[in-house]
Amino acid sequence: MEGYTEVRWHGRAQQGVVTAAKLLGETALFEGKFVQAFPEFGPERMGAPVKAFNRISDDPIKIHCQVTNPRIVLIVDPTLIGITLAGGMETSSGVSDGATDGAVFIVNTSDPVAEVRKALDVSDDKKVYTVDASTIAMDTLGRHIPNTPMLGALAKVTGIVDFESLLKNFKDNYGKKFGEKVTAANVSAMERGFKEVGE
Amino acid sequence: MASSAKKLKDQVGLTGNSAVALAMKQINPDVCPAYPITPSTAVIETFSDYFANGEVDTEFITVESEHSAMSACVGASAAGARVMTATSSQGLALMWEVLYIASGMRFPIVMATVNRALSSPINIHCDHSDSMGARDSGWIQIYSETVQEAYDNMFQAIRIAEDKRVLTPAMVCMDGFITSHAIENLTLATDAEVKGFVGDYTPEHSLLDTDNPVTMGAMTMPDSYMNFKFEQSNAIAGAKEVVVEIGKEYGKLTGREYGLLDCYNLEDADVAIVVLSSAAGTTKAAVDELRKEGKKVGVLRPRLYRPFPHQEIAEALKGIGAVCVLDRADSMSGFGGPLFTDIRSALYGIENAPLVMGRIFGLGGRDFNVANAKEVFEETFKALEAGKIEKTTGYITI
Repeated sequence: MEGYTEVRWHGRAQQGVVTAAKLLGETALFEGKFVQAFPEFGPERMGAPVKAFNRISDDPIKIHCQVTNPRIVLIVDPTLIGITLAGGMETSSGVSDGATDGAVFIVNTSDPVAEVRKALDVSDDKKVYTVDASTIAMDTLGRHIPNTPMLGALAKVTGIVDFESLLKNFKDNYGKKFGEKVTAANVSAMERGFKEVGE
Repeated sequence: MASSAKKLKDQVGLTGNSAVALAMKQINPDVCPAYPITPSTAVIETFSDYFANGEVDTEFITVESEHSAMSACVGASAAGARVMTATSSQGLALMWEVLYIASGMRFPIVMATVNRALSSPINIHCDHSDSMGARDSGWIQIYSETVQEAYDNMFQAIRIAEDKRVLTPAMVCMDGFITSHAIENLTLATDAEVKGFVGDYTPEHSLLDTDNPVTMGAMTMPDSYMNFKFEQSNAIAGAKEVVVEIGKEYGKLTGREYGLLDCYNLEDADVAIVVLSSAAGTTKAAVDELRKEGKKVGVLRPRLYRPFPHQEIAEALKGIGAVCVLDRADSMSGFGGPLFTDIRSALYGIENAPLVMGRIFGLGGRDFNVANAKEVFEETFKALEAGKIEKTTGYITI
């Protein structure tokens, strides 16, 4: 959609995908943008594929449909690449479906970018970045919730939100809820995602 | 950028469910009996947090089913309380018989209805089958396009339902997941503004007022039943003017005025789509694109569906060449959805009536995007050019 930056998140239930979209939306709103952040829920079970979406715009956002032509795609779980579930269900479409010309892909993986690009099977105009968000999450949080390192990587690669705003929103709005230790771990996860993302 | 940042300085990002729960907190009802169900669960979850934290004075009653939830609403309302609840889908279906009791006894209960498909097959996603089934239950129905509107509608619903000319329960509908689980920008009213706007509730009668004893819910015979219904019918029909009045008053308070209909580029339109709730926004985006190509298209979004603003709709659509009514529910009548039959009926016999067709869309959460809206406009243009409708009713995106 003209005038909107559209973002699509792919992951599995319990990886914090919906929360990541929420944090991105809140940060952009904090920066004075019009935003949407919304999930697509499938069957409610751990490990099920989950999508979440963002729209970020300088103008009010009218549309209320799914993001089918994202400019930014975040793949929080690389095992979703190349999978097409049976039945042609909307929930099971491929991670690269509909991505715009010049779209940015950020993938949580330790594999080399060239291999990821091959697995994604996307045209040369697409930009592919990788970050080992799972390892970062285990190092910082001690749990496999790779959403916050992905946000750090997103801020670095796209500049769609300012990195400092991302940290500030998190500290201001979740510091109390999560407590000092978990908040610090997530901030550190975002910082490492920001530093370690590469192409 | 700087100016938009300033303009948005006081905005917050909330999901539809969080916004509605916050509205309930600000209203601070006397009683809230509830039984949570997807996708309205978070309304009750969040409200129960407010209750547990002592942030509301509400009597929060957890019950064993939606039938009990609405029954408790009726009981509390008979006692003279301001009562609110929330539900969706099967929950609303289970409230069925009690919905009619609430409206027949003229209790101004306000319920957030987060629209979701009905079983079978089971599906948790959005369509309007649940609230459309309740369209003849004597409840006022207001449909919300955005999170902001769902929030704003809650306060207005209290005033409309409790107005002495109306005294009729009201449901505020928003689209399940699409609105209920989407974070959007919105501007909040202050607690003081809400308090001033909704005021205190003084019931006409209360079972607890032993100085003025009344009988409620008495048996009626053929000599009186019909008179009750006649009065109820007049009251709900008259609610239309109250909705306009309250919408204006709310506009003065917040700068966001609401009416019966939301007309988008209708004045000079050759072709229009009529649609409720969030899909109207998507259709407006399609209008923006088609207008750039010089195509005269528009959208009519009824905000108030019950009572049905038939004269205003006829006035708004008069002179438009062809109209397609999009229904997010099927009547299973073999003749389209409920909005279609209502709109077509409103247009019957008026001068310059448009050609009218109906299409079912978005059942069980099926996505409806800008391209889909443009295709509907295209098909409607074809009908206009041909001067007749090829297929009066049908499904899209199937």
